[in-house]
Amino acid sequence: MDMHPWLPNIKYIEEMLKSIRVNSIDDLFIDVPEEVKLKKELDLDYKKPLSEYEIILKLQELQSKNKKLKMPPFLGGGICPHYVPEVVKFIIKRSEFYTSYTPYQPEISQGILQALFEYQSLIAELFEMEVVNASLYDWGSALAEAIMMSNRINKKKIVLIPKLMNPYHKEVVNTWTYGKGIKLVELPPNERGTIDISKLESIINDDISAIYIQQPNFYGIFEDEIEYIVDIAKKKKIITIMGVSPLALGLIKPPGEYEIDIAVGDGQELGLSLNFGGPLLGILATRWDGQLVRQMPGRIVGLTKDSEGKRGFTLILQTREQFARREKATSNITTNEALMAIAAAVYLSLLGRNGIKELAEEIYIRSHYAKKRLEELGVNTIYNGDFFEEFAIDFKTDYDIIHSRLLEKNIHGGLKLGKTQALFCVTEIHTKSMIDELIESIREVFSG
Amino acid sequence: MSWHQAVWNEPLIFEYKGRGRIGFKIQEEEELKKEININIPEKLRRKEIDLPELSELEVIRHFIRLSQMSFGVDNGMVPLGSCTMKYNPKIEEEAELLTQNLHPLQDDSTVQGILEVLYYMQKWLAEITGMDLCSLQVPAGAAGELAGVLMIKKYHETKGRWNRDEMLVADTAHGTNPASASMENFKVIYIKSNSEGLVDIDILKEIVSERTAGFMLTNPNTLGLFEENILDIAKYIHSVDAKLYYDGANLNGILGVVRPGDMGFDIVHLNLHKTFAVPHGGGGPGAGAICAKGEMVDFLPYPLVEKKNGIYSLSYIPKYSIGKIATFYGNVGNVVRAYTYILGLGAEGISMIGKMSTLATNYLISQLKNIRGLDLIAPHRPRKHEVVFSAKTLAKETGVTANDIAKALLDRGFYAPTIYFPPNVEEALMIEPTETEPKEVLDSFANAIKEIINVAYSNPKEILDTPNNTSVKRLDQVIANHPSSVTPTYRVKRLREEGKISSLK
Repeated sequence: MDMHPWLPNIKYIEEMLKSIRVNSIDDLFIDVPEEVKLKKELDLDYKKPLSEYEIILKLQELQSKNKKLKMPPFLGGGICPHYVPEVVKFIIKRSEFYTSYTPYQPEISQGILQALFEYQSLIAELFEMEVVNASLYDWGSALAEAIMMSNRINKKKIVLIPKLMNPYHKEVVNTWTYGKGIKLVELPPNERGTIDISKLESIINDDISAIYIQQPNFYGIFEDEIEYIVDIAKKKKIITIMGVSPLALGLIKPPGEYEIDIAVGDGQELGLSLNFGGPLLGILATRWDGQLVRQMPGRIVGLTKDSEGKRGFTLILQTREQFARREKATSNITTNEALMAIAAAVYLSLLGRNGIKELAEEIYIRSHYAKKRLEELGVNTIYNGDFFEEFAIDFKTDYDIIHSRLLEKNIHGGLKLGKTQALFCVTEIHTKSMIDELIESIREVFSG
Repeated sequence: MSWHQAVWNEPLIFEYKGRGRIGFKIQEEEELKKEININIPEKLRRKEIDLPELSELEVIRHFIRLSQMSFGVDNGMVPLGSCTMKYNPKIEEEAELLTQNLHPLQDDSTVQGILEVLYYMQKWLAEITGMDLCSLQVPAGAAGELAGVLMIKKYHETKGRWNRDEMLVADTAHGTNPASASMENFKVIYIKSNSEGLVDIDILKEIVSERTAGFMLTNPNTLGLFEENILDIAKYIHSVDAKLYYDGANLNGILGVVRPGDMGFDIVHLNLHKTFAVPHGGGGPGAGAICAKGEMVDFLPYPLVEKKNGIYSLSYIPKYSIGKIATFYGNVGNVVRAYTYILGLGAEGISMIGKMSTLATNYLISQLKNIRGLDLIAPHRPRKHEVVFSAKTLAKETGVTANDIAKALLDRGFYAPTIYFPPNVEEALMIEPTETEPKEVLDSFANAIKEIINVAYSNPKEILDTPNNTSVKRLDQVIANHPSSVTPTYRVKRLREEGKISSLK
């Protein structure tokens, strides 16, 4: 290889070696033991570099192997398909944002720092909580971090979780908290599908570190006894953690109004593509409380002034991070999802106070419409609580059959839950006619 | 200098005056509104949301101005040591079309194209690192470390060794290593470096015991030095059946020259955003991989892609898998970007990365060696992808510190090196040029440092007063961090002005 567009110095090797005063590049590796040096060619299926055009052809070939669906899938389970405005895509592709690193040098990184500060501030208003970090990986890991925060604060090891929380988040929490020996205890649901609070008082004891509430829960159902749960928790000095779908907050009370200690969620709904599950955007917010803030994982951007008194932005409270405190750090996270946070900031700025309300209402109406139409087919939701965006249906017949018949029509139905049950997600990206077509297709399966 | 960054005095998005505007509107299904009522009870209803009300153009102008006050690799050299800020080839953006609208819970039959990419990436990254298999579950490097630490924990537990509670970490290690180990309740034991900047084998020998669970190491280390005794290190670690963990943050300096698997490492994490050129987006998203060899494969996080009868599926769960690190499958949208990067180089190109990045570093050293005020530990040793200079002498003689050099570099249109890391070097300046900076840029970077040091000796105040060409001047860290003035959100600013909150206690 004598030239490559990404390797500018190939023709300068001799000249550069002369400056170093060595004869060959191999001399720069004399400290590598001969017996471990790679002696064969790597087996990467591609020996020579592909040209840009060949890469495009390869990508097109791969893309053609993904099945082209007729409409966005009716799939949720943690992230749902939403429309991503062009403005959001346009801004996050600005290469000054896109190709930058963590803003360790604030004076030259004011733009990205301000954008992240605005992300924190917009989420703070949406959640009505005072402190927000500049992002974590996703909801599952944000919840794991919140639980580990609670454990650091009160050293206790039992965490109460709703049985109807997102099971994927639960898997992540189980993985992360394994070493700390944290135990999750499930709170069963009532017939509405919300936490059965009649059992709560009998479960609570002095070993409980935190209690987690998901709003709405995995079945899309609104928890409606949050005040009561927070009240009991406060009496026992148990930390309250609430997971929220940010768009639902256009309609329902935010965690701050309940005086929740730590709130988490996923910002995917706020202007991010599905990305086959990543990158997503882990949100974590706390009340204005030093103990919580000092135990917060991840980066935080704050306001300050420059030497001439002009407003500026910089990373703050970094002594909590692993640069300074190493094994005593609040978390190991360094690379976060900063660009996704900027996308969410742009999205929330576009929607504004009017748009977010309208959007949440639209999602509510469309998902309820879909449920209503499904019920006309003689099927029902598993629980009868009010819901947002997602709802679980029991078809009383093998869901696999329905699912595969839908797929034959290039429609991707809901997420299979039990043998006969599925969770459907309907958002603003599903038009009335798409919903109607889904229902008609299911009707056809039913009528054989 | 002619370089100057944009200065916009841009208000916060909340400070825009516009009201009654909207920047993005969705289609309303009017018909459905008549059919469906919103019946959320009053006690659950939201009252108001304090968000801005702006038009699309206002939002665009605001964020474009902010972008102009930011600095990435596309603007100029970012020589941040251990961060590997190489050029991100633009073709990578085409790969996004593969994942953009795919839901992670879609049927395998509908996502064969993307699963094929993941399958090959699992395989290629294993080949590149000399391991047996890689899981792409981890969304970033630190998540990879967490996975690795858990794998080591579970490995010992399956053997009934509940007392393996010590994790060894080199004193030059990235801060994430000890943080990851202690997150999973390991006791962190630091292994000191010797005067050559390498792991002190004698100390290691003394410390390794039946309580050692593993050793977290990066090679080349954070000083850019290759741990030439790596085979001995592996031998001592393996002698008590502890596991050797490779922190892949520094892989770029040896990529294609020597593989962690061949050096005796049992687990490797990769930072795809570093070594495989995924744009870093101001601190993320990144992407990672966690790779394992031999019996450690059984502990990898799930799920992995497997191929049966030509069909790919996300069904492989290793026997003793530690579980899931991320909610779905990691940052797949970035894994595909790394995939195109590998395609664009092929085996031939990949095998040149370590060589060309090492060449660039040593060339830069040749330009900066023997400058008054700058010291270099073990100057006779070749560096790999990065080099750490100490500005201790300069600071002593002129009062100009590593931080001041960093600020003066910003004024000259360069991003600064990593400073004050690793912690065992005083006034550290950790420089990583990468293989993508043309020789002429390396020359001008070296000249900028030489000039800064000359000025430091003649007129230190001029350097202490930098930066002047950036959007703002030096920022006050005391105001930023003091409990009475710390302001992490606009909400806090507002509530403080209204007298509703006090000092952060």
